[in-house]
Amino acid sequence: MNQNDTITAISTGLSEAGISIVRISGRQAFEIADKVVKLAAGTLIAKAESHRIYYGHVFDQGTLVDEVLVSVFRAPKSYTAENTVEINCHGGVVVTRRVLQTVIWAGARPAEPGEFTKRAFLNGRIDLTKAEAVMDVIRAQSEYALQNSISQLQGAIYGKMQDLRQKILYQAAFIESVLDDPEHYRMEDAGQPLGEVVGSLISEMEELISSFQNGRLLKEGIKTVILGRPNAGKSSLLNVLTGEEKAIVTEVAGTTRDVVEQSVMIHGIMLQIMDTAGIRDTDDQVEKIGVNRAKELAAQADLILYVVDASEPLNESDDEILSILGTQNVIVVLNKNDMEPVISQTVLEDELRKRKMDAYPVVSISAKHRNGIDLLENKIKELFFEGNLSFNNQVFLTSERQKQAVMQAKESLLHVREGIRIQLSEEFLTADLMNAYEQLGLVIGEALDEDLADEIFKQFCMGK
Amino acid sequence: MRFSNNFVWESKGSVNMRVLEETYDVIVVGAGHAGCEAALACARLGLETIVFTVSVESIALMPCNPNIGGSSKGHIVREIDALGGEMGKNIDRTFIQSKMLNRSKGPAVHSLRAQADKAEYSRRMRKTLENTDHLTIRQAEVTGLLISKGEVSGVRTCSGALYHAAAVVLCTGTYLRARCVYGDVSVNTGPNGLQAANQLTASLEENGIEMRRFKTGTPARIDRRSIHFEEMEEQFGDERVTPFSFTTDPEEVQIEQSSCWLTYTNERTHEIIRENLDRSPLFSGAIEGTGPRYCPSIEDKVVKFSDKERHQVFIEPEGLYTNEMYISGMSSSLPEDVQHDMYRSVRGLEDAKIVKNAYAIEYDCIDSRQLYPSLEFRALPGLFAGGQINGSSGYEEAAGQGLVAGINAAMKVLRREPLILERSDGYIGVLIDDLVTKESTEPYRMMTSRAEYRLLLRQDNADLRLTPYGYRVGLISEERYKKLLKKKEQIESEIRRLETATVGTRSEVQTLLEENGSTPLSAGATLAELIRRPELDYDKIAAVDPERKPLPADVCEQVNINIKYEGYIQRQKRQVEHFKKLENKRLAQDIDYEAISGLRIEAKQKLNRYKPVSVGQASRISGVSPADISVLLVYLEQQRRDSQQAAASEERI
Repeated sequence: MNQNDTITAISTGLSEAGISIVRISGRQAFEIADKVVKLAAGTLIAKAESHRIYYGHVFDQGTLVDEVLVSVFRAPKSYTAENTVEINCHGGVVVTRRVLQTVIWAGARPAEPGEFTKRAFLNGRIDLTKAEAVMDVIRAQSEYALQNSISQLQGAIYGKMQDLRQKILYQAAFIESVLDDPEHYRMEDAGQPLGEVVGSLISEMEELISSFQNGRLLKEGIKTVILGRPNAGKSSLLNVLTGEEKAIVTEVAGTTRDVVEQSVMIHGIMLQIMDTAGIRDTDDQVEKIGVNRAKELAAQADLILYVVDASEPLNESDDEILSILGTQNVIVVLNKNDMEPVISQTVLEDELRKRKMDAYPVVSISAKHRNGIDLLENKIKELFFEGNLSFNNQVFLTSERQKQAVMQAKESLLHVREGIRIQLSEEFLTADLMNAYEQLGLVIGEALDEDLADEIFKQFCMGK
Repeated sequence: MRFSNNFVWESKGSVNMRVLEETYDVIVVGAGHAGCEAALACARLGLETIVFTVSVESIALMPCNPNIGGSSKGHIVREIDALGGEMGKNIDRTFIQSKMLNRSKGPAVHSLRAQADKAEYSRRMRKTLENTDHLTIRQAEVTGLLISKGEVSGVRTCSGALYHAAAVVLCTGTYLRARCVYGDVSVNTGPNGLQAANQLTASLEENGIEMRRFKTGTPARIDRRSIHFEEMEEQFGDERVTPFSFTTDPEEVQIEQSSCWLTYTNERTHEIIRENLDRSPLFSGAIEGTGPRYCPSIEDKVVKFSDKERHQVFIEPEGLYTNEMYISGMSSSLPEDVQHDMYRSVRGLEDAKIVKNAYAIEYDCIDSRQLYPSLEFRALPGLFAGGQINGSSGYEEAAGQGLVAGINAAMKVLRREPLILERSDGYIGVLIDDLVTKESTEPYRMMTSRAEYRLLLRQDNADLRLTPYGYRVGLISEERYKKLLKKKEQIESEIRRLETATVGTRSEVQTLLEENGSTPLSAGATLAELIRRPELDYDKIAAVDPERKPLPADVCEQVNINIKYEGYIQRQKRQVEHFKKLENKRLAQDIDYEAISGLRIEAKQKLNRYKPVSVGQASRISGVSPADISVLLVYLEQQRRDSQQAAASEERI
C-alpha cells in the first residue's frame, strides 16, 4: 500500500540469452542504485543526466555480479513518474536474480504484482481509459493469491505462517496483559522465558528462509541443461523425458528465438529443460553453439544431465564438456547401455575419478528402450530434496516476496532478542513482536486487525 | 442573545397545554463523566448550554469502581487535561490514594491511577458545573428529539417542555431502558437504583438510529467493619504522588493516603459459583446483552478460566466518609443468597455484611459506526453522542468522548472546523476511531495495546501532543499555551545541545561510567550517546556535563525519554507518516461504492453502509481488504482527473 517506498522487480520475462531488466522506482531509486552499481565513469547515478544510458558493474558486497547498462529516468519523466533506474543485465536468469536480490538488500522492496502500473496510474502517467484495466489487474491478482492459498503448496505455507504468528501473538498478548494489569500478571509468570521462545522462532524462520531455494525449485522448476557430444543421445533422452506418458508437458517459448523451455514433471518435481531450438535437429549442441554458450548455460543451470554414449570411447568433445562442469548438480547419464558397451559404468567411473569428478553420480540407461529412466528420476529427486521431498509436511517459501517478509520478521525478532539482552522494557519488545507478526501476515495476506486484543481476552483473565 | 425563555400553547389531543419553551446554543443530555465534560466545554467556549440529568445528586456519579485512571485510562485523563477538560483537575482534588502503575517499565506504559472519594468527586464536579458561566443544570428526563428540516433542533422532556438548540449532545450512559438484575430479581432502574430513561430510545429509533443492547456489572459493597483486614495484604499508594493535571502543583497532592487490601478467591468460592450457575441470569439467558470480556463477572472467570485456582480480589474504600468497601474482581449477578455465601468464602470476608448487592445492568446504546469521527451522527446533523451510549465502558473513556463531542457541538454552533483527533494524536483519537470504525460486540475498553503508536502517545507528553489543539479550540488559555511553547523550546534546545556536546576519555568520565556498570570510553562520545546506554540516563551523567543549566523536572524528563528511546521514537514517527498518507486521502460521503468496479461485494456493502471519511478509515473496516484499498486509490485518482478535465473543458468554453 505504501506509495512512499522504493520498489523493484525484474520487469522483463526471464530469458536465457537476452537481456533482463531490473527496474527500481521510487523516491530512493537513485540512492539505492548507487549502492549497487558502480558506473565506469566514476560518477553517481543520483547526479547522472536523465534519459541516458550508462555503463557500469553491479557489485554485491564487493563481489562483481554482472556487467550492466543502466538507464536513468528522472521524475516525472519515467514510466511511473517517479525516479526510475533500469539495470540491463546480461548474465542470464541466475545473475539477474542476484542483481535483484542485491537491489533489495540495498533497501528496495519487492514490487507487488502490477505495482509499477498502479504507480504509473496514481502518479498520472497512464491514460484515464486504462484505469479500469488497472483495477482488474489488482482484483485478478488478489483472486489469484486467494486461489493459490488453497493450493497444497500454499496451504502448507499458510499453516506454517499461522503457526509462527500464533506463537508470536501469544507472547505479545502475555506481555500486554502484564502491562495492562500489572497487579495481576507478572513477567516472571511466563511459563517459558521470552528469550527462549524468540530463539526457537528465529531458528524456525532461518530454516524457512533457507528453504526458499527448494521452494523456488518446486514452483519454477529445476533449470536443467542436457549436454553431450553429438549423437550421444541427448534428444532421445529429451524425448523420453517429455514423452506422452509423463504427466505435464508444456512448451513456453522464451522471448528470444533460440531458446525453448520444456517443463517436465517427474515424481512431483518440475524440470525446466533449457533447450536450444536446434537441439532436436542437429543433436550437435556443443559444436553448434560453441563451448562458450554451453558454459553459459551450464552456469545458469540447477542441474546438468551429461549424456555419455556407452558405445564409443570418450573423446576430446567429452573432455571439453567435462572441463566446463563446475560445482553444479551433475548427473552423468550413460546412454545406450543396450548396445555393445565400449564403456561400462565402472570404466566411466574410473575415467571420472581420474579427472577428480567422481562426485558426479552415474546412471546407466537406454533412452531408446526406456530402461533406467526410473533410476535417473530417483537420482534427481535424491540430489535436490535429499530423497525426502514431501508436499504435505514440508514448507517451502516460493516467492521472493515471501522470503523478504520472513526475513523482515526475523529481523524484528532479532531486535526483540537484543532488547531482552539490554533489558529494554517489554512494551518495546511487543512493538517488535507485532512487527514480526505483521510481516508474517503479509505472506498470507492477513492484516493486523483486532488479533491482539482478542488474544489477550482469550488467554488471560483481565479486569476487575 | 442566544438564550430565551417563554411559554407556548401545545395541543395534545383535544386539550391545550401550556408548556415551557426555552432556547439554548447547546443541549447536553446526561451529566455523567461524558456529559460534564461536554457541558463544561461548551459553556467555557461562551455558548449558552443546558445540561439535563435525571437527578442533580448524580452529577459525575461513579456507580462502579472507586478509581480514576489505570493502564491506558490514565493516559486518557492526561489527554483530557491537555485539551482543557476537567477530569484530571477534579481527581487531583478528591483522590485518597494514588499510584503510578508500571513504574519499572518504560515511559510509554507508565499509568497513573487514583482511588477517589466518590462522594467528594461528584460533589466537586457538581460545584464546578454550578459555578460555570453560561451553564444551566436542569433535572428532567429527556424523552424525545425535536427535528427540523432533517436536522436536530432540540429536545422534549417528560413534562412536555420544549428546548431548542442548534446542537444536542447525547451522554446518556447506561440509563436508556436500563434494567438491573441479580438472580431472579430484576428492576427497571439505572445504576444504583437511579431512575432509568425509558422513552428516549423510541425517539432515537424513530429517527433512524440503530440501537444495541449491552450489559456490564458491578460487585457488592461491603461494610468495612465486617472485614478482617489483618487476613489481607495491605496495598499502599506511592510515596511521592504525581498529579493528573498538568496545571496542578505537585506539592498540593502530597496528602495522607488511604489503603486498599488484597485477598483471593479459593476453590470453595469457585465451587459455590459452579453449583449455582443455573441460577445466574447470564447463563440462564435472562440477560441478553453482551458483556465485556475485559471486565468479566466472577462467574465468567470461574467458567472461562477453570484451571485457575484463585482470582485476585482488591478491597477498595468508596470514600473517606463511608464504611462501604468496593470488592474489586467479584462482580456478579448471582442471586442474593449465593452472593452471601460466595463473598463469605473469601479469606478476610468470612463475616462480611453486604451493604449493596452485586448486580448486572443492561442498557441501550447505539451502533457507534453511525457517527463521524467528530462524534456527530452522519444521518442527523446537529446530534452528537459521547460516552457509554457509544458502546464504550469506563469513566475515562466516557469523559474523553464527552469532551470531544462537546467541543464539536460548539464548533458546529460557531460554524468552525470540527476537532478530529487521529490515532497518531492520542488515545482519545484511537478510542474514537475504533468506536466509529470497528465492529464491537461488547462494551469497548481502552488498552495501551490498541494504540499502535503508543511509544509516542505517552502520558508524560500529553500536553505537548494535545494542548495546541485545546488552545486552537479555545479551552486553553493564552498563558498556559505560552508556557507550553516555552517548555517545548527548552526541550528542543537541550536535546540539540546534548547531541553535539562531547566528552573525552578523561578520568572523571571513566569513573562515572564504571560506577554505573558501563563500559569505559575508548574515544570521545556525545552526551546523547551516553544517555542512550541502557545503564545511564540524563540525571546520571550530570556530573560530567558542566555546561548543563538547571531545567524544570518535566523538561528533563522529556529530554531523557526523547534521547534514550530515539531509535524507537523515530521508527514510530515514520510509521505515523505512512499512516497519515492514507488518512489524508478523503472520501466524499456521496460516493456510491456499488458503482466502483473492482471492489469485492463485501467491501462494497460495508463501505456503502459506513461511509468512511478517509481511505485510512476504510482500510480499518473489517471486510475491506488491501486489494480493495488499492482499487479505492485508483478510483480516487480517476475522479480527480475527471474533475480536472471537466474544469479544463469548462475553461475552454
